[in-house]
Amino acid sequence: MALTKEQIAERIARELKDGYYVNLGIGIPTLVANYIPKDIHVVLQSENGLLGMGPFPFEGEEDPDLINAGKQTITTVPGSAFFDSALSFGMIRAGKVDLTVLGAMEVSEEGDIANWKIPGKMVKGMGGAMDLVASAKNIVVAMMHTNPKGESKLLPKCTLPLTGVKCVKMIVSDIAVLNVTQNGFKLIERAPGVSVEEIKAKTAGKLIVEGEIPEMKF
Amino acid sequence: MNKIVSGADEAIRDIPDGALLALGGFGLCGIPENCIAALVRKGVKQLTCISNNAGVDDFGIGLMLKQRQVKKMISSYVGENAEFERQLLSGELEVELIPQGTLATRCMAAGYGMPAIFTPAGVGTEVAEGKEVRNFNGKDYLMEYAFTPDFSIVKAWKGDDHGNLIYHETARNFNPLVAMAGKITIAEVEELVPAGELDPNNIHTPGIYVHRIFQGSSYEKRIEQRTVRKRKKE
Repeated sequence: MALTKEQIAERIARELKDGYYVNLGIGIPTLVANYIPKDIHVVLQSENGLLGMGPFPFEGEEDPDLINAGKQTITTVPGSAFFDSALSFGMIRAGKVDLTVLGAMEVSEEGDIANWKIPGKMVKGMGGAMDLVASAKNIVVAMMHTNPKGESKLLPKCTLPLTGVKCVKMIVSDIAVLNVTQNGFKLIERAPGVSVEEIKAKTAGKLIVEGEIPEMKF
Repeated sequence: MNKIVSGADEAIRDIPDGALLALGGFGLCGIPENCIAALVRKGVKQLTCISNNAGVDDFGIGLMLKQRQVKKMISSYVGENAEFERQLLSGELEVELIPQGTLATRCMAAGYGMPAIFTPAGVGTEVAEGKEVRNFNGKDYLMEYAFTPDFSIVKAWKGDDHGNLIYHETARNFNPLVAMAGKITIAEVEELVPAGELDPNNIHTPGIYVHRIFQGSSYEKRIEQRTVRKRKKE
């Protein structure tokens, strides 16, 4: 069974370590905040100028001056800090953010990522994505393995305009967990009930399968 | 010190057609609402606007787009504005999309007296076209030039008659960088106080960067995505 968006987020949350500073992109990545293990402490960075992003406010307590990078109303937590956009991207480029999670339309077997533009159809802009992928030590991509037509989104080379080159380290899709290595995608885990054959069939890029591939547990 | 003006109309009085403007704000958060309304009233046109976003159809810079006052936008994300998309696709509006960090830092560079900066954002993508690439310590960086807008327009929480500014929460965002970059910087503030009332330890933008300041009024502070969580039942 393919994973739900929530399960993709839950699996990614297992990569968090105590004390991590983390940036979560819009879409599935924001759900990772709901699955942070209770026994560790992470600090969420919102690139519009906040360290220590808290949950959504209770109804009636929304503050128009307190939003996240997706323009949603949020709260702060003890230890939060506000700063300007240059400092925000400064700490990102300086490698201070331990883990970045974002979505993708396509990822290549060399770790290139395309997630900002579909020429002629969607040209909304890259926002902070190019800064994040060019600077982050650890990039985890949350994505569907195939598009609505069933075509693979894990490709030998991206066909869409790139957000960054050779930067993705790990992918959690709806059917697999993969690392990006020197020699292509390496299969690490499969979704419950999903076979290695299905993953091979749905991965157009080079896929390395070594030994027994465990199922993800939920 | 003679920086205080009576309001937005006086603050923007000499902005000409064809000017290069930079505006603070992220989405609708921390935008200079009063000055945008004044620019719409003044009808100044053929503007090039450096601003992270383009507002929504009926608020923020969207109001200027509706009146066809903008020739070109330099932004990082313009997704929330259908009128913008229409003008973009029809060719009425020129758009340059640049990484958010690059936009912030190019404004900052001008305020720090640096003609250019190096950033890895966009290396290997279409953003890199036509730009110089240099390698430092084994990593490629694009050279990006400082922005030097004719006028910078910012929104702050508190300011004094020396032009010192303090911002509020995430309404800070691009405002401090935009404030540093302008040849003329205009600040609208929620609370204008006499010099001496703001603690010098807490100043975010020193007044040397600010040329005109006024007490703003009637802030709508629209929320783009009102998101809440449920209280647990007792």
